Amino acid sequence: MHGTEALTFKKGLKDGLPICLGYISVSFTFGMMATQGGLPLWAVMLITMSNMTSAGQFAGTELILSGGHYIELVVTTFVINIRYMLMSLSLSQKVDGAMTSLQRLVLSFGVTDEIFAVAMKQDGSIGARYLLGLILTPYTGWTLGTLLGGTATCLLPVSVRTALGIAIYGMFIAIIVPPAKHTRPVALAIAIAVVLSCLFRWTPFLNRISGGWVIIICAVVASAYAALRYPVDDPEVQE
Amino acid sequence: MNYPRILICTFLMALVTYIIRMLPLAIFRKKIHNRFIRSFLAYVPYAVLAAMTFPEILYSTGNPYSAVFGLAAALLLAYRDKGLLTVALGSTAVVFVVEQVMGFFS
Repeated sequence: MHGTEALTFKKGLKDGLPICLGYISVSFTFGMMATQGGLPLWAVMLITMSNMTSAGQFAGTELILSGGHYIELVVTTFVINIRYMLMSLSLSQKVDGAMTSLQRLVLSFGVTDEIFAVAMKQDGSIGARYLLGLILTPYTGWTLGTLLGGTATCLLPVSVRTALGIAIYGMFIAIIVPPAKHTRPVALAIAIAVVLSCLFRWTPFLNRISGGWVIIICAVVASAYAALRYPVDDPEVQE
Repeated sequence: MNYPRILICTFLMALVTYIIRMLPLAIFRKKIHNRFIRSFLAYVPYAVLAAMTFPEILYSTGNPYSAVFGLAAALLLAYRDKGLLTVALGSTAVVFVVEQVMGFFS
């Protein structure tokens, strides 16, 4: 494969490290918010370990605390997390054909924005071992951060915590900018998505649409347009 | 606290999130050969991340001013092909410094 480092379990663990660090600050905030809102620590840990999704579990927890209805909870979770469906679909074309059903059932639990992004960045197809490693390190960080946030509430000064809010987005920028520099269609897809997303955010009425839908709409429109305009030639060299 | 309710809510959230993630990966076992869909899926990661980052990044810190500096730092570092961690921590550091300076003058 292109002479790059093999995609082993160990490489997965290593590639998951930056995500893990980013997750600690996000889940730290979650742990604080949830315990301060009145949830017992065991419930906070249970939510964090069974969901592993930032926006989705933040919103869900707020609904639990504010006494939202079950239906409301299900719909909110669905809408906020619907983008994972697109990611999972994209990932299904990236994973090794030899991946078993059981492996798919287990690994799909760990599809998050960041893990998806790093997985798609690799050359060629990815196997179960690599993906497992790539999920384990962030999962550990996610769990640990929640625990720290839930127990030692004021461990990090507020100034550091607000600054860390940008870390995840910095990571996303590091993923999308380099390919955009060399590939015009990628730059086009990104530009369309950015413009649409800003429109949805800043236009009256449109800004009432939930963020989960906005991401789906922007990504579908931008990718479809780029795909029509610049179809990708079959890249199946190593299959 | 109503423990059964917390448990049911947690279960529902986890279930919905899992089904969304699991279905496509479990169902689409074969490579899709349709050229349009293949191209579409190739652009999806970039479009998704772009839509998630903008304009949300401007609201991710203490105030929009520090966020703009952080964004500029991230773009510059990423343009120079720096790694994920470097860009993430670099922009965080810039935001931190800008917010300290602003706090000093306010």
